[in-house]
Formats: sequence, structure tokens, C-alpha cells
Amino acid sequence: MSAVVDTHAEEEHHAHGPAKGITRWLFTTNHKDIGTMYLIFSFTMFLLAGSFAMVIRAELFEPGMQLVRPEFFNQMTTMHGLTMIFGAIMPAFVGLANWQIPMMIGAPDMALPRLNNWSFWLLVAGFVLLESTLFMPGGAPNFGWTAYAPLSTTYGPPSTTYFIFAVHMMGISSIMGAINIIATILNLRAPGMTLMKMPLFVWTWLITAFLLIAVMPVLAGTVTMMLMDIHFHTSFFNAAGGGDPVMYQHIFWFFGHPEVYIMILPAFGIISEIIPTFARKKLFGYTSMVYAVASIAFLSFVVWAHHMFTVGMPVAGEIFFMYTTMLIAVPTGVKVFNWVATMFRGSMTFETPMLFAIAFVVLFSIGGFSGLMLAIAPADFQYQDTYFVVAHFHYVLVSGALFGIFAAVYYWLPKWSGRMYDETLGKTHFWLSFIGMNVTFFPMHFLGLAGMPRRIPDYALQFTDFNQVASVGAFLFGATQLIFLFLVIKTVRAGEPATAKVWEGSHGLEWDLPSPAPYHSWTTPPVVD
Amino acid sequence: MRVHALWAGVPVALVLMSPNVSADWAVNLPRGVTEVSQSIYHLHMTIFWICVVIGIVVFGVMLWSVLFHRKSLGHKSANFHEHTLVEIAWTIVPLLILVAMAVPATATLLDMYNTSKSAVDIKITGYQWKWHYQYLDDKFGFFSVLSTPQDEIHNMMPKDKWYLREVDKPLVLPVGEKVRFLVTSNDVIHSWWVPDLGVKKDAIPGYINETWARIDKPGIYRGQCAELCGQGHAFMPIVVKAVPKADYDKWVAEQRKQAEQLAALNSKTWTMAELMSRGKDKFDANCAVCHQATGVGQPPTIPPLKGRPITTGPDPSQHIYTVIHGRPGTMMPAFGKQLSPVDIAAIITYERNAWGNNTGQKVTPQEVLKAEQEK
Ligand SMILES: [Cu+2]
Repeated sequence: MSAVVDTHAEEEHHAHGPAKGITRWLFTTNHKDIGTMYLIFSFTMFLLAGSFAMVIRAELFEPGMQLVRPEFFNQMTTMHGLTMIFGAIMPAFVGLANWQIPMMIGAPDMALPRLNNWSFWLLVAGFVLLESTLFMPGGAPNFGWTAYAPLSTTYGPPSTTYFIFAVHMMGISSIMGAINIIATILNLRAPGMTLMKMPLFVWTWLITAFLLIAVMPVLAGTVTMMLMDIHFHTSFFNAAGGGDPVMYQHIFWFFGHPEVYIMILPAFGIISEIIPTFARKKLFGYTSMVYAVASIAFLSFVVWAHHMFTVGMPVAGEIFFMYTTMLIAVPTGVKVFNWVATMFRGSMTFETPMLFAIAFVVLFSIGGFSGLMLAIAPADFQYQDTYFVVAHFHYVLVSGALFGIFAAVYYWLPKWSGRMYDETLGKTHFWLSFIGMNVTFFPMHFLGLAGMPRRIPDYALQFTDFNQVASVGAFLFGATQLIFLFLVIKTVRAGEPATAKVWEGSHGLEWDLPSPAPYHSWTTPPVVD
Repeated sequence: MRVHALWAGVPVALVLMSPNVSADWAVNLPRGVTEVSQSIYHLHMTIFWICVVIGIVVFGVMLWSVLFHRKSLGHKSANFHEHTLVEIAWTIVPLLILVAMAVPATATLLDMYNTSKSAVDIKITGYQWKWHYQYLDDKFGFFSVLSTPQDEIHNMMPKDKWYLREVDKPLVLPVGEKVRFLVTSNDVIHSWWVPDLGVKKDAIPGYINETWARIDKPGIYRGQCAELCGQGHAFMPIVVKAVPKADYDKWVAEQRKQAEQLAALNSKTWTMAELMSRGKDKFDANCAVCHQATGVGQPPTIPPLKGRPITTGPDPSQHIYTVIHGRPGTMMPAFGKQLSPVDIAAIITYERNAWGNNTGQKVTPQEVLKAEQEK
């Protein structure tokens, strides 16, 4: 191990040190370099998709058409969703997995390093293709990220074909990433690290990776059928040719619902690492946490049609999907109770990662509550396709997935860079994000209940007030993220040196490595007892 | 400092609790005017309060820990990290709450699906971007189109109270009768939603979905399309006018008479001025969303109509053909199925003479009828 814990000067002469210049990044097979690239890529996509959201909120500031045409507005909602989901949230978790999993399980690198490089660059190519549709004649996809047929097939813009290929590329990238993560976790754990001793972040990612392998091919199949309908005169989803538009939704959501958990399970893992550290107390109910994640993942395959309560399913189908969906509240509740029990009678401090983690627990729970309300099928007939749903999934994805990612970056950045971030700046980022997020999305519950449908560029006068509040919140939230960019640059360039342990209560193998972590994490595996 | 986070929900809960405030500020679901909408409202409030109570307990414990179990107060951390009994309890108790919730929810659901024994049947068809209502028992039907002027949408004139929630012809329904809706679509998926009726049903091409309502109280109830259906999605409202049975019967009789008169319009001889004025109204209602009120279109997706060979050339037959049959593979729908010959004639005449397209040509309903029969 001592050979690895060398100083920078010596490392440069090391045969396996980073290459010089641009080739270091183009050809790298190093999990840390690839992790860094994933994180930078996802933050770039976050700012891009965020700017689409700013266009949406600006147009919705007042009733009437002000800034954009409805046609372009629909492109913005579609591209915002696609870019946030596939470009920002998912790659950020893959970046975190790349950085952390080898360090946390005592491995030198990922199991399949060249595959790792390929899956990153394929993702970049996929997104260049997707974003380029904005400049194509007829504009970008405008049918919502769900791409319901026949709006996306018979009635889609010419760029739909490019959207389909971009989804294929992202899908292949995700599947390769998932295979790599499973191979790493199952094969490269340090001696003595049994499955039930793995850190929860590793556990949640293992389960997430299986979900990815299970459902990304389903998405690929869905969009391929779209492609056939558009170019090869098949009628999978075309009623006039004997096809079935509802079948599109069934297949899409069979992918789509596990996808939702793909975006939240790794965040569960992150929160389960952070809360014990800052509560200075062991995680409550480790075993039940693992089983809860596994049951959520299992249930995610049998709830998909709760996204389709209004399509006219037989009543038996409605009842089945209502019950299974309600059931998900049980393991989710267990997780929240465990986190609270971990904090209870701890010795808490409130550094930025902990602030994001606590906000996660509260706000994700609010998203869970609205999710439970949405599960009640008769009530869903009123909520379906309204701003209530928009509020719900932004509570889960912004204050859930995104806050989880922020918490992780603050938590591990000192380990990655060897430097401490500026705590005041971090707290400022947290509080402004927290306020901005709630001001943006809380009023959306009211808008939805009062009858405002989602994905509309213009609305009736009764919805004006809450839309203005939401827009102001969104601008605040958007601007606040530049603080985060500044903070990270400042830390990497001029932060105070960090210790190996970084946090008083830190626990786990990654904290046994020096800060910054060496280029190859564990060349000699540590022994876990 | 975490106090802010934890108490953020409280003012909201207070707002929701006060019935007066809810009514004025529209922060909650309407109770609605059908039995179904009211049971939905009660389910909604029950599950909401269950969530509030669970939230208060969980966030309360958390707040307590944050306030008192902090290092700055010198609190030392305890050592426990599991407790079988507690863990079983917080798995079982939520499960029981959910079972208790599932029972009334299932009952309401079954009720919502019971479409038998209806007194009135109405077929609702979604079009990009308007609704068509067919009174199946009385054999008449009509389109219901947004009546908000384009100038209001483009901020050229002050907005009316019912901006984007008004139509040229509302759906008229009798009070106290079970009305069955058969919902379908002509193009993409739409969703017919009137919150006060507790009805939302997707309109899907190739499917006929059933749902129903029995309205308790006369009044005007407004809703709009709830499923993204293209660029006019925000502009296809629904207005339901519920009237007493006697008034309804009178209205139906009138509609049947009007339907006969409308058929007569197709054989009448129209002057240029009559066609132009009818054409402008029908164009604004049916065509302006895409082609714009000024005929400039939205290139490259939607071609302009101003100064184009098809609208200004000497022979209008290609123009007539396109309006009747649409352009397959593009967003241009076939209006032959949607509009009467006189309206198509008026629109074409208008398009050939407005915005400087001064061809001076008049297209008559008879020509359109002939073109329709040719195919
Ligand atoms: Cu619609």
C-alpha cells in the first residue's frame, strides 16, 4: 500500500500514472478520471437542462404567450426532462459510483476499465446528438420525455429519429456502466468484506445496476418500435393500422417506473453513509435497510400502470396497481424511520453534507407523501397530468436525487481533491437551494389541485399568482447553482488541505486512504474484519 | 436552524385546514358536484391528513433530535443500532393504515367504473385541438372550440375573466340524470377532464373509453385537455353547462332543428362578403393555432398561407383537396371529417383573399361538396 501513498512528484514517474494532456482524458481507463469526467459532464448537462427550465418558468410567469411559441415550449419541457434524467442525474450517480465503489470496497480500480471509458464517451456522443436536434429543421422532440405514441410517431418532428438513436446510445452506455459496477462489486471486494458488510452506497448501486440491466433494453425496444412505425410502415402503436397506443405506455412505464428508482436508490445509499457520520452513531437497522432497498427494487416492476390510471384499464387492473403502489410506502417508510432513528440520540453536527442529507429526508418524505396520495387510484383521476404530479416528482428528484448528489459531492470532495471546501459558501449554497426549491415546487401542489394541467405554455387567470411565485423560486434556485460551480473550482484550486479522515465521525475504507486519494486506490487490498 | 425546514409544512397545513381560504385561493381540490367527485374529495382529504399526522410524528422526532441531540450541546451519541420490536412495529402499522385506506378507495373505484343504466349517452372525440360532442340518442353533434381571441393570447388586448376557459358551444347536460361518456380521439391522445365532475378519461385513437357523471347542481363547470397533444394542448378547454331536465329537453329540440338548418346552408348561394366573414371566424377557430392569424405559419414545420402558389394560384382545386384530405405524414389534418362544406368553403375563400392574397376567387359549398364526393 505504501507504494501507492506516494507524493505527486513521484507518482508522475510511476508507470501507471496519468498520461499527459488531452489523451489522459480521451483514453483513460482510470476510475477516478472517468468519475471526474462523468461528474463534470453531468453538471454541464444540469446547467443546460436548468436553462431550459428557466425558459419554461419565464414563459409561465404570466398568462399569455410572451417569449416563445407553444411549439418551442413543448421542445423545452421535453428536452428539460430528457437532459435532466439521462444527462444530469443518472451520469452523476455513475460518476459517484466510479469514484467511490473501488475505494469503498478496497479495489484498485473498476473491474472493466476499458468498458468504463467506452461507456462514458458513448454517453457524450449520445448527448451531442440529442442536443443537436434543437438546431434541426422542425426543432427538437416536442412530445414530452415520455414520448407517447402516436404524438411522437405519426405526429412527431423529423428529429424524432435522432432522439431514438440518442436514446439507444445512452441505453448502451448505461448497460455497460451497470455491468461494470456489478462485476466490480461481485469480484473485487477486499478479503473479509461479505455482502452484508458492504457500505449501503455500494449495496444500493448493486441493486440499481441490476435494475438498469433489466429495463434499459425495454426502453431500447420501445424506441425501436417507434423507429419501425416512423420509417418502416409497421403499426405497433398506430391504431389505424391495428396497433395499440396504450401498449406504448405499458412498455414505456415498465421501463419508466424502475427508472424512477434508478434515480433515487443510489441517493438512499449516500444518505445512509452521511447521516451516521455526522450523527456520530452507527446506522440504525443496516439489515432492514438492505432488505428495504431490495423490496423497493422488486416492487418497482409491478407498479408501472399507476402512471396510466386514466387510460381506461379494466377495473381489476386499476385495483392491482393501486395496491402494489401503496405497498411501496412500507419499505420506503422503513428507510425514513431508520434514518430518523440514526439521528435520534446521536451527537449531531451540521456541516453542508449533513444539511443536504437532513433536507433530503424531510423533502423526499414530502415527495413520498404526495406519491402515496397519487397511489389512491380514484384520487389519481383528479391528480393525473396536473401540476400536482409535477410537484411530486420534483420533490423526489430535486430534493431527493439532486440533493443526494450534492450531499455526496460535499461529503467526498475533500477525499477526491485533498482540499476542504469553504463551509460558509457550502451552507449558503444549501440554504438558497433549499429555499429556492420549496418556493418553486411547493405552490405547484396547489396549482395542480386547483386544476392546472402540466405541459401547458399558457394558463387560465386563476393560476397566475402561484405560477409567479414558482417562477421567482426557480430563478433563485437556478442562480444559486452557480455558487456551487464557484465553490468546487475554489476548493480544487485553493482549498485548505484535508486530512485522511476528513470528518470526525467518518467510517469506511475510503477514509483509510490519504487525501487526495492516490491514482490507483488499493493496490494491496485491505483486510476487513 | 433546521427548524425552518421542519416547519415549512405548517403554514401550508394551516392554509389547507381553513375551508374559506381554500375556496378563495384555490389551493385544494374542488368538492365538485357529483357523488363521485365528492367521494374522491373525501379520499383525498383522508389520505392527506394521514400524511400530515405521520409527517408530524416523524419530523417531530427528527426535530427533537436536531434540537437536543447535537454535539454543540455536549450530547454524547448512544450506541444502539437495531431494535427488532420497533422495526417490526413500523413495518406493520403503516401496512394496517394502508389496508384501511384501500377499502374506501376500492369502493369509489368500483363506483366510478359502473357505467350501466345511463339516461344520456354522449360520444366525446378529441381532435387537435378541440372537442367534438355527439349526442348519440338525439343524433346531433358539434365541435366545441376555444373562443378566447388570439389577440388576448398574444397580449394585444386585456384578458377576459374566463381566458382560455371559454368555448363557442358548451356541452349541455341535464341535472340529476346519469350521463355516460364514450371518449375517443381522432388523432393523438387527449384527456377529457372536468374537476367538478370528478371525471378524467384519456381520449385514445382506436379506443372507446367509458365513464359517467350524474350532476347534482345546475351550473357551468370548466376543465381542459389534460394529456399533452401537441402545440394547441393548452388551448382546448371544456365547458359543461348543466341545466334542469326540462331546459335540457328544450335545448335538444332546438339543436335538432338547427342541425337541419345547417344542412340547408350547404345548398344556399353565398356572397363573397358572407363567405369572408364566416371564413375569418372559422379560420381563427380552426386554423390560426398553427398557420397563425396572419397566415404566416411557423416555418419550417408549418408552411405559410400568405403569398403561396397553393393559396394564390389560378386553380383552387389543390387547395380544396388539401383542406379536405389533409397532408398525410404532416400535422395538417383532414378537415373534411371535421367541418361542414360551407365552413370549408368559407375558410378557403378567406385564405385566398386575406393577407394580400387577393385572388378575388370565391369557393362555394357546392364545389367543396363535389370535391368531397369525388374521392
Ligand atoms: Cu388535447
